[in-house]
Amino acid sequence: MTRKVGIVGYGAHIPRYRIKVEEIAKTWGADAPSYKRGLELWEKSVPPPDCDAITLAVEAAKRALKRAGIKGSQISSMYIGSESHPYAVKPSGTVVAEAIGAVPFCRCADYEFACKAGTEAMYTTLMLVKSGDIEYGMAIAADTSQGAPGDALEYSASAGAAAFVMGAENIVAEIEYTTSFMTDTPDFWRREHQFYPQHGGRYTGEPAYFKHTTGAAKSLFEKSGTKPSDFQWAVFHQPNGKFPMRVGQMLGFKKEQMERGRLTPRLGNTYSGASPIGLTAILDVAKPGDRIFMVSYGSGAGSDGFIWRVTERIKEVQNITTQTFTLLDEKKVYIDYGTYAKFRHKIIKND
Amino acid sequence: MFPARVAREMPHRYRLEAAKCKKCGAVFFPHRLICRECGHREFDTINVSAIGKLISYTVIHTPASQFKDESPFALGICEFLEGVKITAQVVDIAAADIKTGMDLQIEFRRVQTDGHAGVIGYGYKFVPLI
Amino acid sequence: MRDVAIVGVGMQKWGELWEKSFRDLFVEAALNAISDTKVPKIDHMYIGCMTGGLFVGQEHVGSIMADYLGQKHLAATRVESACASGGAALRCGFIEVASGMSDIVLVGGVEKMTDVSGDGATYALATAADQEYEVFHGATFPGLYALMARAYMERYGATRDQLSAVAVKNHDNGLNNPNAQYQMKLTVQQVNESVMVADPLRILDCSPITDGAAALILCPLSRAKEFSDKPPIKIIGCGMATDSIALHDRRDLTSLDAVRISAEQALKMAGKKIGDINVTEVHDCFTIAEIIVSEALGMFPAGKGALACVNGETRVEGKFPINASGGLKSKGHPVGATGVAQAIEIVHQLRGEAGKRQVKNAKIGMTQNMGGSGGSSVVHIMEVA
Repeated sequence: MTRKVGIVGYGAHIPRYRIKVEEIAKTWGADAPSYKRGLELWEKSVPPPDCDAITLAVEAAKRALKRAGIKGSQISSMYIGSESHPYAVKPSGTVVAEAIGAVPFCRCADYEFACKAGTEAMYTTLMLVKSGDIEYGMAIAADTSQGAPGDALEYSASAGAAAFVMGAENIVAEIEYTTSFMTDTPDFWRREHQFYPQHGGRYTGEPAYFKHTTGAAKSLFEKSGTKPSDFQWAVFHQPNGKFPMRVGQMLGFKKEQMERGRLTPRLGNTYSGASPIGLTAILDVAKPGDRIFMVSYGSGAGSDGFIWRVTERIKEVQNITTQTFTLLDEKKVYIDYGTYAKFRHKIIKND
Repeated sequence: MFPARVAREMPHRYRLEAAKCKKCGAVFFPHRLICRECGHREFDTINVSAIGKLISYTVIHTPASQFKDESPFALGICEFLEGVKITAQVVDIAAADIKTGMDLQIEFRRVQTDGHAGVIGYGYKFVPLI
Repeated sequence: MRDVAIVGVGMQKWGELWEKSFRDLFVEAALNAISDTKVPKIDHMYIGCMTGGLFVGQEHVGSIMADYLGQKHLAATRVESACASGGAALRCGFIEVASGMSDIVLVGGVEKMTDVSGDGATYALATAADQEYEVFHGATFPGLYALMARAYMERYGATRDQLSAVAVKNHDNGLNNPNAQYQMKLTVQQVNESVMVADPLRILDCSPITDGAAALILCPLSRAKEFSDKPPIKIIGCGMATDSIALHDRRDLTSLDAVRISAEQALKMAGKKIGDINVTEVHDCFTIAEIIVSEALGMFPAGKGALACVNGETRVEGKFPINASGGLKSKGHPVGATGVAQAIEIVHQLRGEAGKRQVKNAKIGMTQNMGGSGGSSVVHIMEVA
């Protein structure tokens, strides 16, 4: 008999700074209303210069530990998925593990798979626990992504992190089914030594995002023998506000199932963090017995699917630390494009 | 910043580890080898709590060169429950909203980076409660 | 212990001395001090210098200065206690003579601060604070004193105008000191409106970046007449104390325990009370420093120092004349030289040769030299022998 495993504690972190679509559009002479309509997105989070994927991961990890009710020293694996690891060579996970006190008996490597690196970290961690090799593992999705100035991506690329303690005891959301759907699809990339990514424009849609997301979703339905109406919640990778809603509707989900986890309209695209942070927002309000349908997407390209079942313990942990909507909606600080350009190191200075 | 120097401060900067004198209970951040109050040499390791009270602050307009891009920035001293006081930057708050006596919480941030290519010095800063 | 006297003093006009090197600065002041006496040779030399290494890349200061002073093989040591290096060097010289180890000791101080950029100077000075727990986080010296200033203002209700009054008073005094770097009159409004450096401290609350040196000659009081016709100035009290280098580790942000303790020691040794002191040079690296130091020395109760300055009690004609020389604020603050130059001013005052800034009937004088944000303090008391 395989043992039941799942999320024992979860937490998110989002920087307080926001920039509005209008502010970016004004700088580039673009039409803000059409961007807002086209992307279904009106503002995005911006990391200040002293925040990076590691610092966001640490804060999310602290909240996850608090909800898990365990000490950092009980964590035996640390996997962080990000496409904006601060070091090209040197792990992010070691810093986070050191900061939460998980060192030295802890497995660690950084994951990179565009926007699905975080869900791959979640899967690996779940399976390590399930194998019985470890009691608790930490999986983190964190990004402070950049879009090239003036590019459509600049309106969405944002920052945030979600962390999950996986374990077999005191589960708040049990994993029921997982799947993955992956092909080599060059829809979006960043070559070494390049500052900003490039993408295939409309090629990122149908043959990339939609193909892989629906591929994984259909595989999940088949494996589990479920249908959309079996779920209270659904969360998808959300590069903008439109794609997740469209893919969900294509699969037969209703708006009410998807709205809670669709944070992009006021958060932007947190890349690896996108569907994982959406999951934390759902867990903040989910009821025991609720089932959650989750599919990530990472360019390159692949999708990971998860079906979670919420347990009784969720009620005990929802309010013991800051909720995701609080991070999203309270104490926001709006900045202008000049400050944004300074924060994101877009201003050229001498060394 | 030579990496060894960054690494040896990690227990303090990452986890706010402090030393509590086993004899008189005085708490020191960072750790010490001998108690300033009673001269005892054995300590327990404790963690400073995450929320402190701001006892004074300034806004620095003329920083050293490695902080030029962040200038002006606020620097404050917070007093914590354990009795220790800590100096750090106060961020994510407009200077006009900073008030002596307010509660602030510790957040993990980049404090200093050694140029664009050197090590990143992570540590604590103070932010308003959310 | 033998009685020790100062028999000769020398410095130069301080400022941004672009044409003068580190070594030239020191040797010029030392030669001026030697010329103020008839000493045939020097037995030992102590030099206060905070950070020749960071300002000009030069350590091993004792040896290079002995060589350029033409004193072959002279025993010479550099003394460092941040901005109190000069005062600490004087203390070493005093002990050297008092102990009987040497008879004629040159005590000097020097800092060449303008060979680095403003950023470089900020960095170098900040090494006097706790590198890992203050400076790492962005603390600067104006920043640390600003933390003290805000705490003081909020606790005692001191005002912006009261801080400015210290700068105005010291610049008034500096107008009468030909060696002062900034001989200019200031108004409260000018200080209030000057550029913000570290809120609430503005640029005119701060002492400047200065090139300069100072030197004096010590000998046993019993031999003073051999070396000078001027009245010998006897060192009657010497105190030094340290405190935590990190401001946040202090008992209280609005008091300076190292100053209080060093003053108590010196007064006890001299057998004097603070009310006996006629003229004092204190370490006004920032306006707030002079206020808190005046309280720590026992001149005014805690929280009353700011008002005392406004009321003129610290002016040349006041009850406790402070910084008749113009202080660090107007005279300049070449950090390692400051403690020695404070003693030189007291010598001029006690000899009665201070000109327009002369404190009337000055018989007993005091210096207070501070390191860092109060991590060290050296106090000397002198009287006309």
